[in-house]
Amino acid sequence: MKKLFPIFGALTAILLVYALCMALVPGRMSIFGIPLGEGAPTEQTMGDVQRIFYYHVPSAWTAFLLFFINFGASIYYLATRKSAADIVALVCAEVGVVFCTVVLITGPIWARPVWGIWWTWDMRLTSTLVLWLIYVSYLFLRRFSAGGQTPLLAAALAVLGALCVPFVYFSIWFFRTQHPQPVMGGGGSIDPRMMHALLINWLAFSCFAFLVCWSRYRLEKLQRDVDEAHALESLLDPRGSTR
Amino acid sequence: MKNGYLFAAYAVTWIIHIAYLGTIVTRYSRLKQEIGALKKTGVRS
Amino acid sequence: MSAPSGITRVTLLKDLRLEWRSKDAINSMLFFSLLVVVVFSFSFDPSAEESRQIAGGLIWVAFLFAAVVALNQTWAREIRNQVLDAYRVSPAPANSLFAAKVLGNFIFVTVLEALMTPLFVVFYRLRALGPVWQLLLVAGLGTWALVVNGTFFAAMSLRTRSREIMLPLLLFPISIPALLAMVQATTAILNGEGARFWIVLLATYDLVFTTVCLLLFETVLSAE
Repeated sequence: MKKLFPIFGALTAILLVYALCMALVPGRMSIFGIPLGEGAPTEQTMGDVQRIFYYHVPSAWTAFLLFFINFGASIYYLATRKSAADIVALVCAEVGVVFCTVVLITGPIWARPVWGIWWTWDMRLTSTLVLWLIYVSYLFLRRFSAGGQTPLLAAALAVLGALCVPFVYFSIWFFRTQHPQPVMGGGGSIDPRMMHALLINWLAFSCFAFLVCWSRYRLEKLQRDVDEAHALESLLDPRGSTR
Repeated sequence: MKNGYLFAAYAVTWIIHIAYLGTIVTRYSRLKQEIGALKKTGVRS
Repeated sequence: MSAPSGITRVTLLKDLRLEWRSKDAINSMLFFSLLVVVVFSFSFDPSAEESRQIAGGLIWVAFLFAAVVALNQTWAREIRNQVLDAYRVSPAPANSLFAAKVLGNFIFVTVLEALMTPLFVVFYRLRALGPVWQLLLVAGLGTWALVVNGTFFAAMSLRTRSREIMLPLLLFPISIPALLAMVQATTAILNGEGARFWIVLLATYDLVFTTVCLLLFETVLSAE
């Protein structure tokens, strides 16, 4: 299993570079005569700045996927109390927040040149912000609660948070249709070459997210093993001195 | 100068990811040291 | 042992009776609410036309603060007298205790709201252009949303460091859809517009979260 990590890492890196080219370079590409596909064309109204889209949207989709896995893992933990499920939940929430942060920062960087404003309360950005707030509060609970109860409390919060998500989307959707704002991400039909670049970047970032989660999982397992070793040490020798 | 924003967005994305990976790697190496120290004192782990 | 509803009723009556006798919490919370209304009046000039547009939002923010102060002391009495440990050991279902706490908090916060609302009406010269019964419905559903989640998170916060800050930290993000609905509905009704979508959203939210909190409370209570 551990040997797969570097191989998968190398593949992901290649995929990420390929996806970057697809996102940034319009027109057909080939290496040594082998065609590699066509990069995304420049958008008409927004120009090259629109290419932020190929990082902004896949990051959002990856974050949603991770939060969904957190929901699943939390329910599984509530049902079975397996600590592996708890670690998966923690890992997915943390990495999800990282990706969500990327979305919330690339969003304004995109909005500023296009609409002249740093923030807009449009549906996508607002919902992402609320999602970010919910999962950051989850991470706070994890940090602030006492050891043994953390997994259970966190799992309960994760369930409530996940159930909240549809309400977040519905309420903000209605709020926005009452007070329309500029829409990020573009509506209407999308050029197939843009869709290709978008999907490739999503695949690349999903693989990257998997790698990060895997690393974080190993770190957490190691942390728990060390904590257990410390606990064992103090049990066996409470006075800290040798007999 | 709009392409400055494009570059900034892509750069920020990778800065955030690399920073997070950095914290994982740092904590991991620190824990490995701790495990080594624990093994030396002969604790069964 | 009495039926679950019996336990709920008994616990609720006990809480109400204790509160009525001491009037500790209600007095301090009343004064706090008055202060909040006054501070808002200084920050958001009541005579300006814009303020009347945002009055719906201001009211709910004030109610939210009052609710948090009330919720923070929900379990304080139980902690002091080790009631929760006794409850964990007894065969009584945890739901009954939760239901009693939620109902008690609901009554409590509703009383606060009833006392603060005339102040708002007077300071901001509010007039409801829409039907008042709808305002009451929104107030009821909204308060329930805050109180049911708040009581649950207050129980969760017991097991954390920085108990008092954890409650709002956990409550606010999850309450955002409900808060949006409450504020939008109140503003709409005050301006004589329709609020049906928001009321239905609030009712659905209340249903879903009450059910889930009841299901999960046992887990949270016995988390060890």
